[in-house]
Amino acid sequence: MNFQLTKEQELVRKMVREFAIKEVEPIAADIDINGDFPYATVSKMKDYGLLGVPFPKEYGGAGGDNVAYAITVEELSRVCASTGVIASAHTSLGAWPIFYFGTEEQKQKYLVPLAKGEKLGAFGLTEPNAGSDAAGQQTKALDMGDHWLLNGTKVFITNGGQAGTYIVLAMTDKSKGTKGISAFIVDKDAPGFTIGKKEDKMGIRASATTELIFQDCVVPKENLLGAVGDGFKIAMATLDGGRIGIASQALGIAQGAFDVTVEYMKQRKQFGKKLSQMQALQFDIADMKTRIEASRLLIYKAAYMKSAGLKYGTDSAMAKLFAAETAMFVTTKAVQLHGGYGYTKDYPVERMMRDAKITELYEGTSEVQRIIIAASALGK
Amino acid sequence: MKIIVCAKQVPDTNEVKIDPVKNTLIREGVPSILNHDDANALEEALKIKTAYPDTHITVLTMGPPQAKDMLTECLAMGADEAILLSDRAFAGSDTWATSNALAAAIRKIGDFDLVFAGRQAIDGDTAQVGPQIAEKLDLPQVTYVKEFSFEGKNITVKRALEDGYELIKLKMPCVLTAIKELNQPRYMSIPGIYNATKKTIPTWSAADVAVDLAEVGLEASPTNVYRSFTPAGKGKGIMIEGEGEKEQAQKLLISLKIKHII
Repeated sequence: MNFQLTKEQELVRKMVREFAIKEVEPIAADIDINGDFPYATVSKMKDYGLLGVPFPKEYGGAGGDNVAYAITVEELSRVCASTGVIASAHTSLGAWPIFYFGTEEQKQKYLVPLAKGEKLGAFGLTEPNAGSDAAGQQTKALDMGDHWLLNGTKVFITNGGQAGTYIVLAMTDKSKGTKGISAFIVDKDAPGFTIGKKEDKMGIRASATTELIFQDCVVPKENLLGAVGDGFKIAMATLDGGRIGIASQALGIAQGAFDVTVEYMKQRKQFGKKLSQMQALQFDIADMKTRIEASRLLIYKAAYMKSAGLKYGTDSAMAKLFAAETAMFVTTKAVQLHGGYGYTKDYPVERMMRDAKITELYEGTSEVQRIIIAASALGK
Repeated sequence: MKIIVCAKQVPDTNEVKIDPVKNTLIREGVPSILNHDDANALEEALKIKTAYPDTHITVLTMGPPQAKDMLTECLAMGADEAILLSDRAFAGSDTWATSNALAAAIRKIGDFDLVFAGRQAIDGDTAQVGPQIAEKLDLPQVTYVKEFSFEGKNITVKRALEDGYELIKLKMPCVLTAIKELNQPRYMSIPGIYNATKKTIPTWSAADVAVDLAEVGLEASPTNVYRSFTPAGKGKGIMIEGEGEKEQAQKLLISLKIKHII
């Protein structure tokens, strides 16, 4: 048992924090208000290897582990949750399935540019009628002999329109239920593939969330990921890892809100003393800090287990559930401790509270996490 | 090209505490960083390496064993190699003794075209070590470099002055000291971090660099620290306005007389 970060993980935190403070924090409020995708920042993230942290160097990655990846998303999200989820969805959902399930040819063609950050990745599972009930896929893929033909619509896809490579789930044989779902690698330029409506969201407003529309979309035969019928298994395994990313995003949001609140309380005076000197408010700070640290330990443990090749699905579900609810708890408290100022855009906690909410919804709602956790305890 | 970058690990604060007895800096408990101007020196070397990938960059520092952390960060930024010069015999060295040790280490490295250092360290503010290294190695030097270019062995630099610059041409090998206007230092990169921690950073002792023990350490240091303090900020100047030079000159005369300067 060792709770110390490695030298590399510590340096990753130091590097990403410095990058986040200098490159991301100054624009975070503006890109939130305007809903602008931070192209220039993402380009710099590519230059510094932030988009391929957990992948081996031979595939264009940084050669890091999943704890270093979690730290990367955490530190970006500490100042800007939009930037955090761009990295998280790209790495966990876009690139990882190809790394884990792809053939050598698929890795060379699609993983290498993703791990290098030359292209962004995205993951298309959710549909208008298949949210938490992901098995209810209506997008169809027809085997046309020399290619696949995709028809259907995906919704709420992070990095939609910005990504160059998409992992798309589609039904290849409805009669087989979840075993009739297959996964495909779809290039942004695939004929018949267009980007639909862009969502106007409560939070993470600088990340792009769009529909993906497939109308007789032609996908090459060799872009089937895994075997026919493996799609649901691939999607669930991908989400197990994705939850580490989203939990890290939630942790970063909570830590960011906590840090600015501590600073605020040391300055703000009421009734002749600083807020930080009032014991009732000190108790809030103690609760916030404790839940943040508990989230961190759950996340790093799940990330460690993933890198160690151990089963981590329940652990990442618990980490994601607890970190998301902590982000909501901490940011709500942070606004409360800022008083009326916290409700204005002059202070970042207003944005952080809006950003926190999504972590209880995507990559499995908190209810879905509880289903997973309960099933592991009680059996299915 | 072979470049040696001289760097120093410094406390990360402008308000360092002073030991009241020894009149030296108390470093315990203060986080350490790569000195700012040295980061500019390294960045310029890394820019050369980007343009000419066969460039080899060695970062050299003298300091306690913990200075290896800073050297690892320099490697994570992209330097090829790092060397720590560390020995109890070096303890208490002033700039003269420090430059003796660094010059000896550079002689041991031997094969180089350029020594790039920062203008000065934020903890001592002396700006002496770079120039002293140049003198001891008998190399041409330019300090306060704010622009750098080269062709073959010929270097052209702009040397910053308070109200302008000097354009200087010189030949390699030479010693240059960088100021912050030279460039914007990069961050470490994530792949760089994983490369850096795999590299071995050798520690060279006084014996390794064959430096005379009478020329290093506290005893060999001619400097006595009288007092260390944070200098007061320079006040804002006064712009004298007025119609034409005559009126402005009159106003200047009046204000000087009011203060009994003339």
